[in-house]
Amino acid sequence: MYADLINFFTTTWLGMALVMLAQCLAVTVPLLVAVAYMTYVDRKVWASIQLRRGPNVVGPFGLLQPFADGLKLVLKETIVPSSANGILFIIAPMIAFMTALVAWAVVPFDDGWVIADINVGILYLFAISSLGVYGIIIAGWASNSKYAFLGALRSAAQMVSYEVSIGFVLITVLLCVGSLNLSKVVLAQSGWFWNWFWLPLLPMFVIFFISALAETNRTPFDLPMSEAELVAGFHTEYSAMTFGLFFLGEYANMILLSALGAVLFLGGWQSPIPYAPFTLVPGVIWFALKIAFLLFIFSWTKGTLPRYRYDQLMRLGWKVFLPVSLGWVVLTAAVLTFGGWLPKP
Amino acid sequence: MASLDRTARSFLLSELITGFALTLKYMFKPKVTVNYPYEKGPLSPRFRGEHALRRYPNGEERCIACKLCEAICPAQAITIEAEPRDDGSRRTTRYDIDMTKCIYCGFCQEACPVDAIVEGPNFEFSTETREELMYNKDKLLSNGDRWESLIAANLHSDAAYR
Repeated sequence: MYADLINFFTTTWLGMALVMLAQCLAVTVPLLVAVAYMTYVDRKVWASIQLRRGPNVVGPFGLLQPFADGLKLVLKETIVPSSANGILFIIAPMIAFMTALVAWAVVPFDDGWVIADINVGILYLFAISSLGVYGIIIAGWASNSKYAFLGALRSAAQMVSYEVSIGFVLITVLLCVGSLNLSKVVLAQSGWFWNWFWLPLLPMFVIFFISALAETNRTPFDLPMSEAELVAGFHTEYSAMTFGLFFLGEYANMILLSALGAVLFLGGWQSPIPYAPFTLVPGVIWFALKIAFLLFIFSWTKGTLPRYRYDQLMRLGWKVFLPVSLGWVVLTAAVLTFGGWLPKP
Repeated sequence: MASLDRTARSFLLSELITGFALTLKYMFKPKVTVNYPYEKGPLSPRFRGEHALRRYPNGEERCIACKLCEAICPAQAITIEAEPRDDGSRRTTRYDIDMTKCIYCGFCQEACPVDAIVEGPNFEFSTETREELMYNKDKLLSNGDRWESLIAANLHSDAAYR
């Protein structure tokens, strides 16, 4: 009986498809719940910083607020502007949302808990996060509106600029690990929390985090949707669930980059202290805690910093982060080579 | 030296860290917001909220249809029609206030010689249709009955300053 079941799920086409579907759901559903509650945490954190209360009416402590908001978005009418390119207008938010979700296939939640344990995990993540810009550009173009178009242009230029420095950050980590597989990246950071890469590569961690802010269009780099100039940037013309998909995608992207930060610099699923009570906690929980920590810094940043001017943003990306990260790649490579610490393949 | 200092500061993100520390400190301060529907701020006795037509303690309506409020209303929100009643006293047959026009200046209650029209302490009278904001005499009189105790107390406490 059991043998039959195992046989069904491991060998037949249908069984394997079902397993794959279950795995996808097991990642996507908690992710969407996390996205919903990220909006809640965001609002609560900003409110506290401004000495306000934040949402506190819907449900206990306002905990049902995200669902009320979601329901509102679903029930509203999707308006397609008459001058918009209908098909692209609808497809764009789907692309933005989908790219934010598919990237999770390679993220290791625990030792061996990964949907696709591919050897080029980091490269895949990098590629997918670059694809996200297509959703935004298509949205801006298909809306056929000045604000949306300018917002999309800004967003594209900004994401491309900061991907360069994120690329160098990834290269530094890869130099230290010797593998592109995300699970191997985590395993290379085993031991106490000061063995995680955040300390030896601290400047790169800071650059990574700031670039992640720029990648996800968050404050202080939220120029694409700077209300004062561009109404809402690339999603000016969007309403109801099409807007909802952008919103979900943006938050999913934020969680994704936090997860990437946790994997690359905070030791992924590993416990901070490699001894008994801490190692007994499941790795997923450590991983979630690390993501939550980074996400809190995301909200905290939004509550603290004003918005950059566009030329400042570009200057920071190209004239500061690019040389610094490039220099750090060279420095790391030199130290690893001449110190004899190069990872063995 | 100064430029070195400045460069070091900007690379060590010292200003950012100060700012972040400040907002973190504020995060744990007590909230200053009034938790509105559950708690409300104090109102002055002169607060000019929703209108009400008052009555004398014997139940007779105060308004004598002098139309001073209608005349002074800068938004022309008040419409009054009047006729002598059967007992010969002059009373309104119609007293309408268009609350969507009203600017809550309080001139009507200033003009009123008998303290009939007043702006009470109620500010929570939002409606779902515009029509509900076209107040007629019945509505205004019922407002008066509903808020009379508060209105009377407010008028009494403010009387010394008028």
